[in-house]
Amino acid sequence: MATKSTAKSTAKAAAGSAAKSGPGVSKLAASVGLTDADLIGMYKVIATARAVDERMWILNRAGRIPFVISGQGHEGAQAAIAWPLERGKDWIAPFYRSIATCLTFGMEARDILTAQYAKAIDLSSGGRQMPGHYGNVANNLVSLSSPVATQMLHAVGIALAAKIRKTGQVALTSMGEGSSNQGDVHEGLNFAAIHKLPFILCVENNGYAISVPVSKQLAVPDVAARASGYGIPGVIVDGADVLACYRAAKEAVDRARRGDGPTLIEAKVIRLTAHSSDDQQTKYRSAEELEGLKGEDPLPRFRAELRDAGVLTEELEASIAAEVKADIDEATEYAESAADPTPDTAMKWVFAEDWPGETPPTWGFGAGHGLEGHEGDASAAEGAVD
Amino acid sequence: MALKTFIEAIRETMAEEMRRDESVILLGEDVGLKGGVFLATDGLYAEFGEDRVIDTPLSESMIIGTSIGAAMNGLRPIAEIQFADFIFPAFNQLVSEAARMRYRSNNGFGVPMTVRAPYGGGVHGALYHSQSVEAFFTHVPGLKVVIPSTPYDAAGLLRSSIRDEDPVLYFEHKKMYRSVRGDVPATDYLVPLGKAAITHPGTQITILAYGLMAHYALEAADVVAEEGISVEVVDLRTLRPLDKETILSSVKKTGKCLIVYEDNKFLGYGAELAAIVAEEAFDYLDGPVSRVAGPDVPGVPYNHVLEDWFMVNPEKIADGIRKLAAY
Repeated sequence: MATKSTAKSTAKAAAGSAAKSGPGVSKLAASVGLTDADLIGMYKVIATARAVDERMWILNRAGRIPFVISGQGHEGAQAAIAWPLERGKDWIAPFYRSIATCLTFGMEARDILTAQYAKAIDLSSGGRQMPGHYGNVANNLVSLSSPVATQMLHAVGIALAAKIRKTGQVALTSMGEGSSNQGDVHEGLNFAAIHKLPFILCVENNGYAISVPVSKQLAVPDVAARASGYGIPGVIVDGADVLACYRAAKEAVDRARRGDGPTLIEAKVIRLTAHSSDDQQTKYRSAEELEGLKGEDPLPRFRAELRDAGVLTEELEASIAAEVKADIDEATEYAESAADPTPDTAMKWVFAEDWPGETPPTWGFGAGHGLEGHEGDASAAEGAVD
Repeated sequence: MALKTFIEAIRETMAEEMRRDESVILLGEDVGLKGGVFLATDGLYAEFGEDRVIDTPLSESMIIGTSIGAAMNGLRPIAEIQFADFIFPAFNQLVSEAARMRYRSNNGFGVPMTVRAPYGGGVHGALYHSQSVEAFFTHVPGLKVVIPSTPYDAAGLLRSSIRDEDPVLYFEHKKMYRSVRGDVPATDYLVPLGKAAITHPGTQITILAYGLMAHYALEAADVVAEEGISVEVVDLRTLRPLDKETILSSVKKTGKCLIVYEDNKFLGYGAELAAIVAEEAFDYLDGPVSRVAGPDVPGVPYNHVLEDWFMVNPEKIADGIRKLAAY
């Protein structure tokens, strides 16, 4: 059931809801049933995600933050696939590369950067988790862990509750193709398909599980081919083609909302950076391969598409660039100057209530004996996070 | 007040909770039409329908993982793992996810979920239908672990578990399902989590036990009473959070502590109890903190002679009491 979802094959479905072109609705926007403001909004998310990501690497290399895990190359697919979901109603269980997904669903650059600095004000975890583990209840973004693909079942459970409670919500989870090999993915897809749950699995296939190429992860070329085993549609999209991603997601959301069950979307994306700040990708990727990635970068491609369609004027492009830069600068400043969490909070929220039986350590909640200058240390192991 | 079996108390409490709160759902293997392999959910499918009593595929990780998700989106799932022995495929979801969700999100998310599973041996269940798994989960901050021993406590603790805002593992000794009876009031009472009960007051030796062993400890206490040894039995009821206060005040009174558990001895739950007593009641001890626990083999053997050899019983406990009393 895996089908190549090209612009042509899915334009029809989108055209059903397409507005006619006119003021504020270019032909390009009309072709996917959106407005120019939507396209600009998507572009801003993608540009912001890229800029915040680049800033993270600079801060890491400057010794300001200990660890970076990156979403560069995934942003176009992420913004476009999250776009048709309804903020504040639908749910997303993201993964560690999901910066653009989280920005689309309401998180801001400062929420990403306070997580990088692990400050008390970090929305995702109050500085408890490594960066990249974004999630926030106010944005319906599920908190995630490091063992991969566990979030799959949480999204399926959210969809189950949506069906039982008749809330009309849709739940989406995203993960890499490496994670798609976990047993939880099979168990979740099977259950979601049996009960026709309003659920979408988005696999962002960047070709690598840290260092292991897709040829050693899958016996078939496409993760989407597995969908047929569950009796659900498996759709393949070019992750650098933002509007193709949007169309595939819109179709999947509509299908879920109608009660017709789950969809597996596989977006073929690229990983522009190393797996993480602790990974040396030149050990397993050639210089030619890395050079070739630039031609598949979703950001310049979408920018050119919007320019050609007359949606993005030179003036607007410049003002967005300035706005994004100011936003990232402000967010960096904000995160850097925010307070660290204090040890007296470290035993909070094991449970909803405090348990007098759970006693603090013999050293209490003092400042401890932390080593000076630890901020710039890399994690101990290469690939400490997979 | 009605006399009920252990399993009736559990089943009827689930039904009452599902009537009281429509966000309570039940999912697991064979919990629907069949009513569970032990009939713990018998009749619930007929009363509440397939939306709220869900027969799942054989996917334990999915049962727990989707319960976590459903709990985050407004439901209060009761997940049944058919045998505690089969909970390990869900270990990651319980330990990495359910236990840490509130902590890792800085109180953003909670997982109000109850996981029920029958545990324990003595029923010809062999290696994979007899295990005691509490030690794996009591080790994990963020999980509450409950093991009731009477129908009264089973109902009161199950209500508290279902209404709790955090994940609770509720283990039921399967040998007790139909062999243990007791009075259960028809009221909506709660037995609070984290509170032990002194089920047999005494003065010379404290026994710490839970589940089936709490019954065997009472039997052993009666046996040695005839020999002039006065035993105080503390039924822990909740293993974590632990009621240290009741334990320590009993041990400080008697000066001797015998810990009884069915799981194999090495690093079993009782090892932590022994450490706590040694650390926090040392000055009061008048003998070694001792344990009567299962032998260290990889499972309960099937053959009845071997199974009898494995199982802790009142006689073995009485021997342990006599040894400790002689100090």
